[in-house]
Amino acid sequence: MERTESRLPNREIGQSNGIVYRDGAVEERPRTFKGEPIIRVEALTKEYRMGSNVVRALRGVDLEVQAGEFAAVMGPSGSGKSTFMNLVGCLDRPNGGQYWLDGLLVSSLDRDELAAIRNRKIGFIFQGFNLLARASALGNVMLPMLYAGLNARDRRERGLQALEAVGLADRAQHKPSELSGGQQQRVAIARSLVNDPAIILADEPTGNLDSRTSVEVMAVLQGLNDQGITIILVTHEADIASYCGRNVTFKDGKVVRDTLLPQPRRAAEVLLTMPVIGEAEEVVA
Amino acid sequence: MSAAVQTRPVAVARPGKRVLPPIKITGRSTPLTTIGQSVLSALESLASNKLRSFLTMLGIIIGVGAVIVVIAIGQGASAAVSDQLSRLGTNMLTIEPGSANVGGVATGTGGRPTLTDADVRAMQQASPHIVAISPLVGGRDQVIAQGHNWNTRIQGVFPDYQIIQNYTTSSGAFFTQADETNWASVALIGQTVANNVFPGADPIGQEIRIRNVVFQVAGVLSVKGNNGFQDQDDIVLIPFSTATRRLYGKATIGQVQVQVDQPQNINGVIAAITQTLEQTHHIRPGRPDDFQVRNLQQLLDTRQQASSTLTLLLAAVAGVSLLVGGIGIMNIMLVSVTERTREIGIRMAIGARARDVLLQFLVEAVTLAAVGGILGILIGIAGTLGIGHFAGWRTLIAPLSVLLAFGFAALIGIFFGYYPARKASRLDPIEALRYE
Repeated sequence: MERTESRLPNREIGQSNGIVYRDGAVEERPRTFKGEPIIRVEALTKEYRMGSNVVRALRGVDLEVQAGEFAAVMGPSGSGKSTFMNLVGCLDRPNGGQYWLDGLLVSSLDRDELAAIRNRKIGFIFQGFNLLARASALGNVMLPMLYAGLNARDRRERGLQALEAVGLADRAQHKPSELSGGQQQRVAIARSLVNDPAIILADEPTGNLDSRTSVEVMAVLQGLNDQGITIILVTHEADIASYCGRNVTFKDGKVVRDTLLPQPRRAAEVLLTMPVIGEAEEVVA
Repeated sequence: MSAAVQTRPVAVARPGKRVLPPIKITGRSTPLTTIGQSVLSALESLASNKLRSFLTMLGIIIGVGAVIVVIAIGQGASAAVSDQLSRLGTNMLTIEPGSANVGGVATGTGGRPTLTDADVRAMQQASPHIVAISPLVGGRDQVIAQGHNWNTRIQGVFPDYQIIQNYTTSSGAFFTQADETNWASVALIGQTVANNVFPGADPIGQEIRIRNVVFQVAGVLSVKGNNGFQDQDDIVLIPFSTATRRLYGKATIGQVQVQVDQPQNINGVIAAITQTLEQTHHIRPGRPDDFQVRNLQQLLDTRQQASSTLTLLLAAVAGVSLLVGGIGIMNIMLVSVTERTREIGIRMAIGARARDVLLQFLVEAVTLAAVGGILGILIGIAGTLGIGHFAGWRTLIAPLSVLLAFGFAALIGIFFGYYPARKASRLDPIEALRYE
């Protein structure tokens, strides 16, 4: 099977491939290869067999996500958003349609090739953090690099850099059980970053967190996005989606709404207005 | 369909400084890098559940230990037989009373005391190739001397017995033909008897009492050691005539030993002795003999064979316990795969391929087996030394058997670890991630 060479055909420039930055500037030549989006899916379908029933989870989804976007995927349960994320995350293969990730046609790859794509191109953040309980924060962060084949010294160095990027450099040797929920999720974010992925997929990253910690995590993600990292986030909370520059709503296996938020809320600013629970007295003292 | 693709400008963040530099990778992870990590994680997981790990390994520990002990005992016994063989030489015959047929009922070997003094004298004349001949008569009795006593084997023999059995004395001298002729009350004692009856004293010229007959100690036999069956130094030798006339009252010859001058004359001597005994016993042609003439070589071969068969049998039983240990490992690995389904899902999500997962669980199973194997080796060696020390058996730890047992344990780890590992590697990442 052809592996990495299945790039998109060169499409005509000028149609609408220019990149519009948030400050209003327009750039004709975007960063990615020949102006291709990071994610492009066409007519994606997925069916599940539940006993004798066939559930059509996705009924033809077309979507593009440009480099640097921070998109929220919304929708009620059963809308197909989780199925869509599994396909985008290369955890599953579609029944029909095509999917290009970072210019690479991935919808036809086999299991091991998908594993390599997940390792190198995608960073996952989960609702339940999904850290290995026995490993330290650093051990967790280093794991994707192990499967990428980095040597131990590089793994350690990059792992510490990633932990520093999420503000947890001083917690490197802590086990997940010794960290708060917000800290665990930041370890997971660091883990998603280490292999320099094309995109970060966050599946309900704030679902297990209280409202203040949720905003803190969103601030970390916004900070990463500000540095140019593409993020797709699944949530059912409109409040969380309001921090993202683009909201894509799924219903019955299709995209029913796709709106841009020119001025998404800034989590760092919202944090200033929120009371610091438990630490307030300390601040006064 | 491509008409429906959205191609509109979106507002995105300007690329800034990268969070992490681009990753530089020379190649995909090799099995070696993951094996190293897997061994570490396997040891961690073993340590995190010590009791369970120990119980899982117990089968392998017992199996490996048992294989090593059994083979060590078997090798020891067989080495003892070989030693005996080389010490005695091959040109030796034994004549034993055989089965007597009493009214149609066969009594079995030694069923009737059919060998007499007269037979021995007749045999002496049977062939010029007989170098030495000695009947053996005796039993177990208490040896008493000055406040000490000891239960030991008493054997009445001809002076020739010294030649047949290669006896030497560490002090004193063997009894002579004159002693035999005169029913002299002299005795030779083994070192074990000397140590127990005359602790710290010189036994030469001292008196010992057996069944109210007083003997003078003429010499102490040189140490022969343990032959794998019995302590050869736990013995008292007295003249045959003294044993039959003064000590036991009548001769019940258990065995006659004959030394032949050259190995090639053995068969001739066997024939001559058989002919002589058939005459003295009035056995009609075609009737079964009531005695048995045996070549010592045959006897030792039979013994050797019996001991190696027994060793093989016991080793097979021990091997079965290794197999059971393997099943234990498989069982616990299956439990572990189920328990760690979520971990497997996480690893797959962040890029572990099926073979990475397979390798990880395989390494864990082999680590279990290998650690069990090492503990088994230690216990096996300790057990062997213990048995050698306390039971007094001769043992011989063969390095090959240790290596074999360990290799077999590791193979069992691979064999029984493969199925659970494969099961883990075939998990669906989405299902595995969702597993609670």
